[in-house]
Amino acid sequence: MAYVFDYAAIIPYAPLIAKGVGITVELTVVGGVLGVGLGIACAWARSLGPKWLRPPVSLYVEMIRNTPFLIQLFFIFFGLPSTGLQLGEMQAAILAMVINLGAYSCEIIRAGIEATPRGQFEAGASLAMTRIQTFRHVVLMPALQRIWPALTSQIVIVMFGSAVCSQIAVEDITFAAQFIQARTFRAFEVYILATILYLLLALLLRQVMRGLGSLMFPRRRVAR
Amino acid sequence: MIQFSTWDILRNLLFAAEWTILLSLVAFVGGGALGLIVLFARTGRSTLLRRVSILYIELIQGTPLLMQLFLSFFGLALMGFDVPPWFAAGLSLTLWTSAFLAEIWRGCVEAIPRGQWEASSSLAMTYFEQMRHVVLPQALRIAVPPTVGFSVQVVKGTALTSIIGFVELSKAATMITNATFQPFLVYGLAALVYFALCWPLSKSSQILERKLNVAHRNH
Repeated sequence: MAYVFDYAAIIPYAPLIAKGVGITVELTVVGGVLGVGLGIACAWARSLGPKWLRPPVSLYVEMIRNTPFLIQLFFIFFGLPSTGLQLGEMQAAILAMVINLGAYSCEIIRAGIEATPRGQFEAGASLAMTRIQTFRHVVLMPALQRIWPALTSQIVIVMFGSAVCSQIAVEDITFAAQFIQARTFRAFEVYILATILYLLLALLLRQVMRGLGSLMFPRRRVAR
Repeated sequence: MIQFSTWDILRNLLFAAEWTILLSLVAFVGGGALGLIVLFARTGRSTLLRRVSILYIELIQGTPLLMQLFLSFFGLALMGFDVPPWFAAGLSLTLWTSAFLAEIWRGCVEAIPRGQWEASSSLAMTYFEQMRHVVLPQALRIAVPPTVGFSVQVVKGTALTSIIGFVELSKAATMITNATFQPFLVYGLAALVYFALCWPLSKSSQILERKLNVAHRNH
């Protein structure tokens, strides 16, 4: 039996898909911004922070990097309520994404920070900069510029990971696709459409990150 | 009502972890073999093969693994094939692994100095002879640490197959949670089992990188 494609069957569900795209974008943007923020804080703690702070941060990074996102998400959504922390599905999804991206981006940003030549710290100090100023202007910004492409790839990976959030009933693209599949049995059409949407979102995200990069790093500070 | 002790839960999780390991091995071995073919196409001399392999890699790296799983599980079933979850899981993880390994290995092949290619082609070697005798033996040395590192991603990727109903560690954790109502304990233990599988791989990747880099440091 030859399969007949019927994309028209999906059309009535367009609003659901549009909502899904919105949720996926929201998850990615909120998770991305907060996750990179957490990553910067952890990278600082692991490379320049006080000694006592390093082991717990390393433990966090290793735990997250060596377990699947699905298990982290289920642990937060199903497991934490028994400790009294009740989260809605959207909050749980965003928390899981922030914790996940925080660990990965910590390692990426740390690589950038550790590539800073020692002389740069001394130069910052000799210009009477405070430690915070030195970190912000001399260490962090060039480090971010160095690892911007790697960070972009990681955020794209996290966006693909957000597809898993549909499993705790977050109504993202994958959720919409599964819903439509269950209603119409048009699995091939709807999943191809969802895949294309993810592909387009990934391309868009790369463009946005490139634009953001040239906005944040107008001058080439790092000699390559 | 039957009571589950912590040991009962852990024992069942470990039993299911066998399937996680088996699926990871299938995906890694199958993906490695297919990845090698894609690598030859990607670095070879035929323009058509190169374009096709770039498209293949971009499509797989540019879409979520979950979508690939759904497409092979639901999609192939609609085309008239009877697809059991283990087959869809093995197939999509193999394809996914092959695309990433091919791209990792391409980086290693391109790190070999051009002079090596020129020298071997001046010895009248064919492309396959060059790869077999000159380039791959040298690229292998650089390729080992990132390949071992990627195996961690494969093990973690198998968790997604629980969503299409393949019973491995994650699916078992969900099933045990439904029976025991102890999600904190069960998912915590499942995370520890994954950690026990992945952490040695991550660590050995780091150690290998340091060890194999020694020869490279003084170039």
